[in-house]
Amino acid sequence: MTFFKELRLLFVRSVKGSLRNPVWLFLGLFQPALYLLLFAPLLQGLGNVPGFPAGGAYSVFTPGLLVMIALFGTAYAGFGLVDQIRAGVVERLLVTPASRLAILLGYVMRDVVVLLVQSCIIIGIALPLGLRVSLPGLLVTFAMMVLTGTLMASCSYALALILKKEDSMASVLNTVATPLLLLSGITLPLTLAPKIIRSMASVNPFAYEVTAARSLFLGNFHDSAIVVGVVFLGSLAALAFIWAARSFRKGTA
Amino acid sequence: MAIISVSGLKKSYKSSGKKRGGLVEAVKGIDLTVHEGEIFGFLGPNGAGKSTTLKMLSTLLAPDGGKATIAGFDLLAHPARVRRQIGYVSQAGGADGSATGREDLMLQAQLFGLSSDDAKRRAGDLIQALELESFVDRFSRTYSGGQRRKLDIALGMVHQPALLFLDEPTTGLDPLSRAQLWNQIRLLRRQGTTVFLTTHYMDEADVLCDRIAIIDKGKIVAEDSPIGLKRRISGDILSLKVNHVDNAVEVSQEALRDLDFVREMNADGSSLKLVVTHGGEAIPVVLRLLESRGVGVADISLSRPSLDDVFLRMTGHSLVESGSISTATHAGATSAATSRANQPQAKE
Repeated sequence: MTFFKELRLLFVRSVKGSLRNPVWLFLGLFQPALYLLLFAPLLQGLGNVPGFPAGGAYSVFTPGLLVMIALFGTAYAGFGLVDQIRAGVVERLLVTPASRLAILLGYVMRDVVVLLVQSCIIIGIALPLGLRVSLPGLLVTFAMMVLTGTLMASCSYALALILKKEDSMASVLNTVATPLLLLSGITLPLTLAPKIIRSMASVNPFAYEVTAARSLFLGNFHDSAIVVGVVFLGSLAALAFIWAARSFRKGTA
Repeated sequence: MAIISVSGLKKSYKSSGKKRGGLVEAVKGIDLTVHEGEIFGFLGPNGAGKSTTLKMLSTLLAPDGGKATIAGFDLLAHPARVRRQIGYVSQAGGADGSATGREDLMLQAQLFGLSSDDAKRRAGDLIQALELESFVDRFSRTYSGGQRRKLDIALGMVHQPALLFLDEPTTGLDPLSRAQLWNQIRLLRRQGTTVFLTTHYMDEADVLCDRIAIIDKGKIVAEDSPIGLKRRISGDILSLKVNHVDNAVEVSQEALRDLDFVREMNADGSSLKLVVTHGGEAIPVVLRLLESRGVGVADISLSRPSLDDVFLRMTGHSLVESGSISTATHAGATSAATSRANQPQAKE
């Protein structure tokens, strides 16, 4: 059987599983929606502050929110895998002749699709509130979201396969995700930050992603953060996927 | 012909917890042979290395050393080919709670290369054969333990493997489901499938398996048919319970040790277990002797050697004592007794 047939079977199965529990998709959106409704308006008064990016509160805040759902949504994909490991589903799949890569990719692709659907819903909420977005810019942003989703889901799966316990996973993820969030300028732009924080943020791929997405939303393709962000995220996504694949191969014993 | 031949297989884990950094030898170099078409049982207490061995044989875990040939393929050189020949049902099962049983069966069959039509047909056949109709189209997270176990096993055999590994297939099942499962496993053998199962229930190994390997602390201590194993203890088992006063047990041991028909003696609390040449002749002698020493006998019984007696002889400790007995075991033991009573000619 071909790799793609296996992948299709496994992907469809994962998507079906998610569609049968749509409550998680929406729970994952509850917090970002609150930020959009209750936090973004606070930024409206900051438009004239020196260093605040152009484009109005929603065009500044929505791109950051997309990165936030990847960090605090997709990063938790591994919890589902812990469940499946415990139920023996992963071992059962690993004893079939199916490619190990197809098994992992079947899960990761589902998470990327879920992330994109959530992103569309966030944009759907933000548009009537005053978000203006360039369509080509949005498409490039989505391409970055695919990389981000792959990166976060892969890391989460590798952690799940190594730790095999929800509580230890949760503490590791929170420890890592919180500084990444604070140092990415999601809530307030890093242009407002003191120099020390800005230099720390310069090694954070998500900081480039947020800056890049803000430019892209305005239709500005000349921001160097776009290239840096795509290359940075792309390389990390590839490494994370290899890490997850190796953890998968090592087995689930 | 051998479908599994294993030599020197071993596996160690890095220990976590107290003795951090040390190595725990879970499987210490085992040899075994499983013949085509038999039900082979791997009997041992929890933590003896059964599941680890099974995971190695089913390609889930890389061994640290040793060799194995499974269904004609070298385990280390061709794990992918081995996978095509085997089915494996882990202790946890493997059914996906968010899918229906039928969907899961179809997926599993297609992953083994069946076309979607063939997969549908094969799933239909299995659903009928294993009597899953009444629940198979519900999500499997709603199943009872017995229903789920049936689906797990169906998933393991959907591609008609030559060899099926079952890890503790009846743990936690009620007596009725357990008896049904045994019948299904026998049915598999009749169809030519070799079944390799692990268990910590003696009665299960005794009644169900053609041959058994007894494993303890990562080593195989005996490998034979249940009858063959029990024959190693020639004689009868005389179990005694003495009134627990002063040093009654010590006095009894002292007195009984010199009898020439007593071959072995083990004490546990106020119970004594003797292996004697001829039970019928031994009872009056033992009773008279103990009476003369002033030891009161609360209970006395005679039995044929069980696999636990074999286990005790081979390992120096009882399978029942080693912490694996649970409420499920008691339920299982009752069912086993009934099922044995129903088919007295099945063995021996």
